[in-house]
Amino acid sequence: MTTLTAKDKQTVKAFWAKVSGKSEDIGADAVARMLVVYPQTKIYFSHWPDQSPNSPAARKHGITVMMGVGDAVTKMDDLKEGLKELSQLHAFTLRVDPGNFKILSHNILVVMAVMFPTDFTPDVHVSLDKFLAAVSLALSEKYR
Amino acid sequence: MPENSVSADLQTGSDKMVEWTDFERDTIKDIFSRIEYDVVGPAALARCLVVYPWTQRYFGGFGNLYNAAAIKGNPMVSKHGTTIMHGLDRAVKNLDDIENTYTELSVLHSEKLHVDPDNFKLLADCVTIVVAAQLGKEFTGEVQAAFQKFLAVVVSSLGRQYH
Repeated sequence: MTTLTAKDKQTVKAFWAKVSGKSEDIGADAVARMLVVYPQTKIYFSHWPDQSPNSPAARKHGITVMMGVGDAVTKMDDLKEGLKELSQLHAFTLRVDPGNFKILSHNILVVMAVMFPTDFTPDVHVSLDKFLAAVSLALSEKYR
Repeated sequence: MPENSVSADLQTGSDKMVEWTDFERDTIKDIFSRIEYDVVGPAALARCLVVYPWTQRYFGGFGNLYNAAAIKGNPMVSKHGTTIMHGLDRAVKNLDDIENTYTELSVLHSEKLHVDPDNFKLLADCVTIVVAAQLGKEFTGEVQAAFQKFLAVVVSSLGRQYH
């Protein structure tokens, strides 16, 4: 399910080129939604003094996440290798249950629909969904 | 299970009614009063058939589903998408008893249509995406939570009569 075809890669790159200018807003909104719609995800942020979805910490985290996604776009020909260090971080330091990658991916897709309703066509949706699944898999690589 | 979890194992045993806050009720009714069923339904079903192409297995009689353009333009897909929205409408009108409202529909999907209940969630996610695109910024995190909770109850109720 996660092998990206040439068409997927092309589609994701083209869509990313259109939307990456808003990557900070996308990330901030995706993380905010995740915290509201899936409140169990808040457990990973118990160290934040302010866990509300629009807090500066939440926004900053959204920006960080989206920078990672943008980086993954440039490494999509070998995500396992390209995201090796990020995987180590998530596996050994952050220890985020990989089920949550799917949750955040879903919220990224919702934000794309909200912000880019015309550009986020079904063809873009399927390629981006596959890409995010591939990123999630690469992030899970070092877990066990 | 956390309240807002949208996992497909949402437990809605018949001795445990789903509780809706006023915000959730108002939000769900508001969304359904604003969206056009014959726009959202067709778009959501078409998107599901493109994004999760294995769901095409249930629509062998629908003709050309060869690519996204064909799916989007397929009149049987459009008609069925609208039918689905009217089905959701029944849940909106019976928020306090979605489970019983959907008993027959659940039997239908299980015994006659043989739909894998995991696929209900896939369609629900596409409905969410299409509604998000329609409502834009008004589809806030809180609105999304209420809408996804509604769809989770629908999905769970549709799966209840599978044996």
